[in-house]
Amino acid sequence: MRNVTLILDDGTKFHGQSFGYEKPVAGEVVFNTAMMGYPESLTDPSYAGQMMVLTYPLVGNYGVPEFSIEPNGTATYMESEKIHAEAIIVSDYSTDYSHWNAKESLGDWLKREQVPGITGIDTRQLTKVLREHGVMMGKIIFDDEPDNIPSAQYEGINYIEKVSCKDVITYKPSDVVEGNVETLKLPKGNKCKPGKKVVLVDCGVKHNIIRCLLKRGVEVIRVPWNYDFNNLEFDGLFLANGPGDPDTAVDAVENIKKFLANPNVRPCMGICMGNQLLSKAAGASIYKLKYGHRSHNQPVQQVGTNRCFITSQNHGYAVDNATLPSDWEPLFVNMNDGSNEGIKHKKNPWFSAQFHPEAASGPVDTEFLFDDFVKLL
Amino acid sequence: MDKENVKKVLLLGSGALKIGEAGEFDYSGSQALKALKEEGIETVLINPNIATVQTSEGVADKIYFLPVTPFFVEKVIQKEKPQGILLAFGGQTALNCGVALYEQKILEKYNVEVLGTPVQAIIDTEDRELFVKKLDEIDVKTIKSQACDNIEDARKAAADLGYPVIIRAAYALGGLGSGFCDNEEELNKLAEKAFSFSPQVLVEKSLKGWKEIEYEVVRDRFDNCITVCNMENFDPLGIHTGESIVIAPSQTLTNSEYHKLRALAIKIIRHIGIVGECNVQYAFDPVSEDYRVIEVNARLSRSSALASKATGYPLAFVAAKLGLGYGLFDLKNSVTKTTSAFFEPALDYVVCKIPRWDLGKFRGVDRELGSSMKSVGEVMAIGRTFEEAIQKGLRMIGQGLHGFVGNKELKIDDIDAALKAPTDKRILVVEKAIHQGYTIDQIHDLTKIDKWFLDKLLNIYNTYGELQAKGSLKAVDAVLMRKAKVQGFTDFQISRAVGLEGQIEQEEATGIVRAFRKKMGVVPVVKQIDTLAAEYPAQTNYLYVTYSGVANDIEYENDGKSIVVLGSGAYRIGSSVEFDWCGVQALNTIRNNGYRSIMINYNPETVSTDYDMCDRLYFDELTFERVLDIIELETPHGVIVSTGGQIPNNLAMRLHGENIPILGTTPESIDNCEDRDKFSTLCDRLGIDQPEWAALTSMDDINDFIDKVGFPVLVRPSYVLSGAAMNVCSNQDELERFLKLAANVSKKHPVVVSKFIEHAKEIDFDAVAKDGEIIAYAISEHIEFAGVHSGDATLQFPPQKLYVETMRRIKKISKLLAKELNISGPFNCQYMAKDNDILVIETNLRASRSFPFVSKVLKINLIDLATKIMLGLPVEKPHKNLFDIEYVGIKASQFSFNRLQKADPVLGVDMASTGEVGCIGDDTASALLCSMLSVGHRIPEKNILLSTGDGKRKAEMLDAAKMLEKHGYNIYATGGTSRYLTENGIKNTLVYWPSEEDKQPQALDMLHNKEIDMVVNVPKDLTVSELSNGYKIRRAAIDLNIPLITNPRLASAFINAFCNKSLDDIEIKAWGEF
Repeated sequence: MRNVTLILDDGTKFHGQSFGYEKPVAGEVVFNTAMMGYPESLTDPSYAGQMMVLTYPLVGNYGVPEFSIEPNGTATYMESEKIHAEAIIVSDYSTDYSHWNAKESLGDWLKREQVPGITGIDTRQLTKVLREHGVMMGKIIFDDEPDNIPSAQYEGINYIEKVSCKDVITYKPSDVVEGNVETLKLPKGNKCKPGKKVVLVDCGVKHNIIRCLLKRGVEVIRVPWNYDFNNLEFDGLFLANGPGDPDTAVDAVENIKKFLANPNVRPCMGICMGNQLLSKAAGASIYKLKYGHRSHNQPVQQVGTNRCFITSQNHGYAVDNATLPSDWEPLFVNMNDGSNEGIKHKKNPWFSAQFHPEAASGPVDTEFLFDDFVKLL
Repeated sequence: MDKENVKKVLLLGSGALKIGEAGEFDYSGSQALKALKEEGIETVLINPNIATVQTSEGVADKIYFLPVTPFFVEKVIQKEKPQGILLAFGGQTALNCGVALYEQKILEKYNVEVLGTPVQAIIDTEDRELFVKKLDEIDVKTIKSQACDNIEDARKAAADLGYPVIIRAAYALGGLGSGFCDNEEELNKLAEKAFSFSPQVLVEKSLKGWKEIEYEVVRDRFDNCITVCNMENFDPLGIHTGESIVIAPSQTLTNSEYHKLRALAIKIIRHIGIVGECNVQYAFDPVSEDYRVIEVNARLSRSSALASKATGYPLAFVAAKLGLGYGLFDLKNSVTKTTSAFFEPALDYVVCKIPRWDLGKFRGVDRELGSSMKSVGEVMAIGRTFEEAIQKGLRMIGQGLHGFVGNKELKIDDIDAALKAPTDKRILVVEKAIHQGYTIDQIHDLTKIDKWFLDKLLNIYNTYGELQAKGSLKAVDAVLMRKAKVQGFTDFQISRAVGLEGQIEQEEATGIVRAFRKKMGVVPVVKQIDTLAAEYPAQTNYLYVTYSGVANDIEYENDGKSIVVLGSGAYRIGSSVEFDWCGVQALNTIRNNGYRSIMINYNPETVSTDYDMCDRLYFDELTFERVLDIIELETPHGVIVSTGGQIPNNLAMRLHGENIPILGTTPESIDNCEDRDKFSTLCDRLGIDQPEWAALTSMDDINDFIDKVGFPVLVRPSYVLSGAAMNVCSNQDELERFLKLAANVSKKHPVVVSKFIEHAKEIDFDAVAKDGEIIAYAISEHIEFAGVHSGDATLQFPPQKLYVETMRRIKKISKLLAKELNISGPFNCQYMAKDNDILVIETNLRASRSFPFVSKVLKINLIDLATKIMLGLPVEKPHKNLFDIEYVGIKASQFSFNRLQKADPVLGVDMASTGEVGCIGDDTASALLCSMLSVGHRIPEKNILLSTGDGKRKAEMLDAAKMLEKHGYNIYATGGTSRYLTENGIKNTLVYWPSEEDKQPQALDMLHNKEIDMVVNVPKDLTVSELSNGYKIRRAAIDLNIPLITNPRLASAFINAFCNKSLDDIEIKAWGEF
């Protein structure tokens, strides 16, 4: 394995070895405290432009499953069509893997998809540096090559544009096959009435959002992030997750504003970036968190109740509760730092979550939000 | 909190430590008591385990050293009138007692509310049939088992399911009476045993080879749920989880699998209605996502203690708060103190639990591991690679291993067979197989251990090979050195691999490696366990040491205000919760006197490894190398080696050699006591009598010596603890067997053989001295004559039948020793007394096993006193001594022979008890009854079987037999005993030995038919022929759960007590009322 160095923007260096594709790379360095789920995280479009640091040291243990696509167009095991993260940074990569479902090693997959992976890094110390300083730009260079790559830019770049689909794609509910996350059997009555259509605004959607809708009997019309869906015929609107700075998604916000202003009030649900775009459309503003929430163990509480949930999260920006207009209110709040975890309209069937109810990876405790949504259709 | 009416709560403890129920419940009970105290609730604790931390002053408001049985608990409820009761913190003992109290409507009668999980939910998880039905309601798959009420049904069920099947006894702790059967013959045997523990036996299909996964789940009354931790067994299903190496978090599960099982666990806990904590165990198919729920423990368990230590999440504390009606959202994460307790810990390290067995101590024991638990303790190792964690763990179990590689060669005849039938040596067999060229696939096929684990073990093996190939230390570069250290190699392993050890002495060789790698900059770092993987800043003091890192998490003060206390390591026979108590007391005193208290220990079952108990906790090894690493960082004022039993004691000289300040008695003095030769010379010089002895190095010398003094002899190698350390050998056969065992222990010091004196009293002297002057002391008298290991003996304190003259002489000799050795701190002397001749057996310049017992009976905390002395603080001589005590304390031993299939339940040769209790009474009979009932004896109803050994012992039992007759008991007796009783005019019925095959009635038949309530079987001698008859009776008594006593003195004392005192006459008094 070739020796590499991770250099952060503040000059801090970490030395390790390459186990993925061998090319220098730059990006925003973010940490994730999840203890499993690297195939899902790497293919999560929200990681576009970012180098993912895993705090759990042992990575690669169960290899990587086959990258196959189901007849309905969703990936069998992954969360999109390819790896979106710029690189993966770990402490102790397992060269040998063991799992009945594995097709190849993590290293081989990274090489195939031309994504660098480095190991031997004290990812706890790295995380502490990021925690104290806030997320930072960084780059991985090979010790036996000159450092000739420029630093990366993250803020202000429209990553949504980069990862969103380019054309409208329709998914029929009859096509549904159980995908990666084998969630427990749906209780009876969780399917929506037949023939309902939902427009899904693709800011970088994870396939499990599509799966969660399809298995509830919804037809999903996936549209590019800036597509004006207001002219389409549909029963509900779904705002997906996505990478980067929400302030760059101006077109999407405009389209959502139109939807909210339409006298024909239809249900709307948003996730992650979707929460931020809905908030922006409602009139609230967004700020960047010091180091974001990226983990499987974020506690949220439903405002005004004793109900609490463990959630999967991956975001660097948050909605400023204080700027929510009077007809909107916070729906969930983060129990650790008090930040916004979702909003809802006081009268209309519009709500969103900053966390990931579709999980994949992470806990599936809040999948019921999809049930709540389809019931409104 | 919504339980505003609850002002006083009763907590049931788990009693003596036994296999399947050990120190973890001291930890969980202590946490619960702390949680209640914080709410201003008055707490009452029932627990006869006097050596625990929870039964110390200030933990509970009132403590009853009484058996945890419905009879005594009702009496305490009557007296204390608590509003609430906690059943989930005292293991299966407390749970079973709680269910009985509920079913007998005693709780209802006194209006006592069960806090936390409702009793019905407990019953739903404990009764297999109800459990399966309950999970069927929510479509959760269980291992379908057929409940059978008789052996005929069991046979039929097994035939229907198809062999192999597993047999389980309902309502049994830790898989008691359960096991695998490959055919009907095996089923017949096992089912009979299982029926003796439970009226219901379950037969189910075996899923051998599936993965075993556990989740720890918490739920509050608002239905909020979290899973605090999951764990994966290294050993696949088929080996009890208590016998398995366990890894946290799981290593081989994908996201989908992990969260499928997690979601199921939450679904289950909600449906059952747990409020608090529970544990869900799964069998998981290694080649699909198919699963079965094995069981749900509706209480704190060994696994939950492990999960608490593995994650830093205080499960017991939180569970107690939830029982009071709090929501998880009301509570804070006790590590970060700012974030919520409603969260799931994210680990950035891996944890490895390894069981500690002591099977070598038992004659005839079945070494194969299976579905029933045999291990007596466990360790937890923390690392940032699996290799590091497992190698640390293998050293921690304290059985002479240096890690996975670099050990003394193990002789195995048939590796295939050994891989297939796992024993306590399993992991060593894997190493052997790798060495012999087996592929990972082959080993996997034979063991079903996941290949991921095997590949990691292969990494360690290969690195050892790389080091060996270098041929010398000089040839090892920094890259390889770091790689080895990251994989958990010690300096010793490295020195052995590069061939350094052969050239020079071991200690010097490791020193050279240490200096060499430090020069290279290969040094370890200290990391925090913070529950959130560094996501939030945490002021946590919970630490471990690793080579997989570039920076320390903490900054050191270097102000000379730190005191390092070395812990006692894994619980094992001879060292358990009593040393944890000592360690915790030392920490308290250090803290209270303005010093920073630092603990090093790695036993997850302890209170000393609760990060609340000290200022800094290093959850790490007690090897010389690691202790030195930590001391170099801490630069402490001093180190305390005298409160953690033998492990720290053994480090004293080496640490001293590195100029580390050892507090208290000097290491030279410790060495003078530990080295038998030196100690005996010292005694001779002081004119202190000892049994005739000689330090010998060859078998011929030993035989010559024995020719002179005659059998029996006491044989003891230097520097070892319990059992293997000290043995009475009464014939050549035993002598040779023991020496083979002992020679493995220490080659450096010669074996000391001494004359053993029969029918002598044995006396323990525990004391604290300052600058050679005794400040406080306690003398305890053994009920058994010398020859029963002091750890197995029944102690009475203050002495009840000792001559004043004897006590005076003992005190005088002890004074002499204290002065000569210039003792400052705790020490213990063991004496033998015959008539008024006093012989010293041994002296330990450290706290002994009986320190908590005598401290609590005397109500003077000897460790607090000793620690103050070691800190150089002024102390006053306590105003009272043992002659002022108007009550009596009796310490009785708990045996776990029922767990140790085939082991002969005799006492004497090795220490065999796994735990102890101490009860206090106004008279000896009360105290003895309470303590005997606490260790599982029952007062017999009518039929007693006596086989009372040789002539002298028969005579010892005569009065007791008369007493039995007088009180209307039916005596059954075997040949010689029957004759003897008849000659002495005692009515009895003759029964026959197993060898007298064709005669009736057969003793064994009577046992099997449940016609006997108590067995007294005193072995004559330890010859093979005698043993087989007696063995069969003793073993049957154990397997059929009939109380057994093998010592005539103890049997007499017990018989006297229950004949002269009825349970109703025992006054129910809290500790504070004596």
